[in-house]
Amino acid sequence: MVEYVWPSKEDSSVLGKSIDKIDGVPKCTGTAKYSYDINPDKVAIARALGCPHAHAKLKSLDLSKAEKVPGVVAVSAMKKVGDEIQWQGDLIAVVVGDTEGAVAEGLDAIVAEYEQLDVFVEDANLEAAEAAGRTAKAGGKVQLEKEPDGDDPDFEEKELARLFKESAAVVEGRYGIAAITHMCLEPHGSTCEWKDGKLTAHLSTQNVSGTAGQFAAPLKVTADDVTVHCDYIGGGFGSKFAVDRWDSLAAQLSKDLGRPVRLMLDRDLELKNGGARPSGYAESKVGADKDGVIKVWDTHFLSAGGFGGAPVNQSVIPYVIVPPNYRRRGTNVKINTAPVRAWRAPNHPQGCAMTQTAIDDIAAKLGLDSYDVFERNLVNVEDKDRRGVYAEEMKIAAKLIDWKAKWHPHGKGDKKGSVVSGLGMALHTWGGGGHPSTCMVKIHPDGGVETFIGSQDLGTGTRTVIAIVLAETFGLPVEAIKVNIGSSKYPASGPSGGSTTVGGVSESSRHAGLDALVQLNEKVASKLGVPAESLVAKGGRIHAKDDAEKGLSWKEACSLLGMSPLEVTSKGAPGRNSKLSSSGVGGVQMAEVEVDRETGQVKMKKFVTVQDMGLVVNHKTAVSQIYGAMVMGVAYALFEERLMDPRTGAFLNSEIADYRLPRLGDIGEFVVEIYEPESERARGVIGLGEPPVIGPGAAISNAVANALGVRVPVLPLTPKRVLDSLQLAARNA
Amino acid sequence: MSKPDETGRGRSGVSRRAFLKGSGAAAAATAMTGAPGLEAEAQGAEPVAGLTTITLTVNGTPHKVEVEPRTTLLEALRMGLNLTGAKPISVDGASGGSLVLVDDKPTSANTVLAMDMVGKKIVTVESLISGDRVDAVPMAFVHHDASQCGFCTPGFIIAVKAFLAKNPKATEAEIRAGLNGNLCRCGTYANIIPAVLEVVKGGGNG
Ligand code: FES
Repeated sequence: MVEYVWPSKEDSSVLGKSIDKIDGVPKCTGTAKYSYDINPDKVAIARALGCPHAHAKLKSLDLSKAEKVPGVVAVSAMKKVGDEIQWQGDLIAVVVGDTEGAVAEGLDAIVAEYEQLDVFVEDANLEAAEAAGRTAKAGGKVQLEKEPDGDDPDFEEKELARLFKESAAVVEGRYGIAAITHMCLEPHGSTCEWKDGKLTAHLSTQNVSGTAGQFAAPLKVTADDVTVHCDYIGGGFGSKFAVDRWDSLAAQLSKDLGRPVRLMLDRDLELKNGGARPSGYAESKVGADKDGVIKVWDTHFLSAGGFGGAPVNQSVIPYVIVPPNYRRRGTNVKINTAPVRAWRAPNHPQGCAMTQTAIDDIAAKLGLDSYDVFERNLVNVEDKDRRGVYAEEMKIAAKLIDWKAKWHPHGKGDKKGSVVSGLGMALHTWGGGGHPSTCMVKIHPDGGVETFIGSQDLGTGTRTVIAIVLAETFGLPVEAIKVNIGSSKYPASGPSGGSTTVGGVSESSRHAGLDALVQLNEKVASKLGVPAESLVAKGGRIHAKDDAEKGLSWKEACSLLGMSPLEVTSKGAPGRNSKLSSSGVGGVQMAEVEVDRETGQVKMKKFVTVQDMGLVVNHKTAVSQIYGAMVMGVAYALFEERLMDPRTGAFLNSEIADYRLPRLGDIGEFVVEIYEPESERARGVIGLGEPPVIGPGAAISNAVANALGVRVPVLPLTPKRVLDSLQLAARNA
Repeated sequence: MSKPDETGRGRSGVSRRAFLKGSGAAAAATAMTGAPGLEAEAQGAEPVAGLTTITLTVNGTPHKVEVEPRTTLLEALRMGLNLTGAKPISVDGASGGSLVLVDDKPTSANTVLAMDMVGKKIVTVESLISGDRVDAVPMAFVHHDASQCGFCTPGFIIAVKAFLAKNPKATEAEIRAGLNGNLCRCGTYANIIPAVLEVVKGGGNG
């Protein structure tokens, strides 16, 4: 019976160490091929035309002039006359041609007429949304400690009123977070080619195993006739799980034309169609006792998921710190933007930004240290087992940022000219359990090891994780493992979303590796005349556990396989009973900022993340994931937002020059510590892509509030919003 | 910020389509000047139209490539020569994703026309590897895990090469101030800083 466990820390030679990514060189020398880079012979270029209006009916569409443009080989409508268009940039038609220039000319030759309809894009404006008939009730929940007396219909209101009256401090405010886009630097799209009635789609996807079937149905072929291939993907962040309608069209056009077709969205259409994260605005009233422990919470929130997309889920309000009494009610607003897509840690960043800001305002109101207030509120962390972990992580983070020395009451810090500084913090949580995954391991008689998994690498280092797990299992160096991922023809693995990949592929690789090793060990055992169970694979050898001399080199051992390689395919078994992986992580983030009261500019000074994630497979790439999440956090906290013109519904900043994102000089000093005591390591592998992107909004907003003594209630904290809040505060004072 | 126009193009004021379309014949005239490879044809002062074969010197080797007057250097490299390291990310070079060196100057390949590049020395990211030999800059990026998805990385590496050529002894503060023309969505900045510092220390920007 094989026991599926990890070696101890002391016994691990590569597991948990800092290992360079095995695909680092191709990525850093331009030789890695992304879907955008696949250049089959005679590939035609396809580009789409977007609708200029945010809400319109297509009155006429004339493609004939475009078809006559020299170099254009096909023009295809994506909307019919009479169709209603619900967002600016929805795709109307596609032009295919020999060169970018011919395609551009073709797109300009398309004549389309529209009847414009009423537009609504004001996702933050409840009154306007109601007036426009664009609202729908969102889910909600009421939880009160006290049982209703009899059947008083007003019990809920009365009880909430009583709880607020009893509170030592009450904060009322409106907290919000604007919509942002995914802004994958490689846009959505694919390069499609057919051979002998079979399609190969080089699709920019987070889901190689799940997309072949999606291609097949509309093309009237079966999934086995489709290969989805993606060695490298230029960003996904949750927006690239499915075959999009323009991908299906590229495959169809390629079939019709008898030549490969590449259809990638251009930047403008990428931002308008390729995915956005829903905004959220919460009107909250929060009551706490004199120590700042939250006792009661009442929120009405507003969220817009775009046309047909899912708004922020109510379950994240309040976030992590959930008092015994709360009420949440919500309204969804229907706006003329493309449907939102899952964005790294769906719902959580919004929940955190909308609610942990109010907790910090309680601290400000009571004149207490925010750290103490967060610490006292750990009693309100729903998962009791995690309270102690947060407490430990808070201590470490506070030390790393020197909280006690640097903290000052809100708005009472030293001034350097017009510049004030401040500290803020936030807590986050995520699941990160592994997805179903299958791994095939092939051990060749010459000692070569190959592995095949229908997974993908989003930049997190999937290949390297797989190589580390198998290298550890076989006692080989990481370079000895040839990792194959990125094809739907490999054993199926789940989509890379929700931080499920590292758990998934570690499980399946460890299972397959150990299963293969059992078979190999049997051969070695009979050769050496020792029991197979007494053998270990270590340091490039398979030998008896208590007598390293008694053994064979890996190569010699593999030669016992005879002529054909040993192939073993195994599934991982994530879940409650697994000793290899688990679910449920937390972390603490603390930010130090400087704010210029005259210009409204916020500068990152220092940003600390302390994160638990179970057992770390590759320390180096884990830290990089956290850094990356922190940059994305700084981005939505201080820089980026989707700007919509309320009158026309136009997307105003759909090019990179206009869509503000932090650059290298904007991030300040980053410090990361992975919290991995034996108690955490023993939980096994847990994903971490999402969690550290959750807290930055609240942590940075709280730091700005601490600096200014004034809450800037809506993210991103642009200079304008900072100055507006300061002005409002001055007027109210 | 100006109002959107009826074409639904982006707000940078540059429409990729208008740029490509409009840069037909007019741009051809620019292409003639200072383009030795085209001088003979240019004598007649007839603007070039349609496909022309030009010679581009890329990574030290002359390559013949068929281009239109409106073909950008990026398209010529990616489609004509299958050198796909430089990436199409923004319309106007705002991301730094398509950076190559043109006569040692970092240049967004999507903002210049291929014909204008005749006679110039073009260096792409692919030149930084030959066989097992990898240049110090990409190697430092690998050691410091300064690429995630990697889509921005080739452009960033060219930016670093050019930056270090001018600032071989750059300090951390200078690195933070001097590499802001490139965009990374995955957030590799915190790893890029020590990677560049390592190259400075090793003096290996060769
Ligand atoms: S590594 Fe993905 S955009 Fe930079």
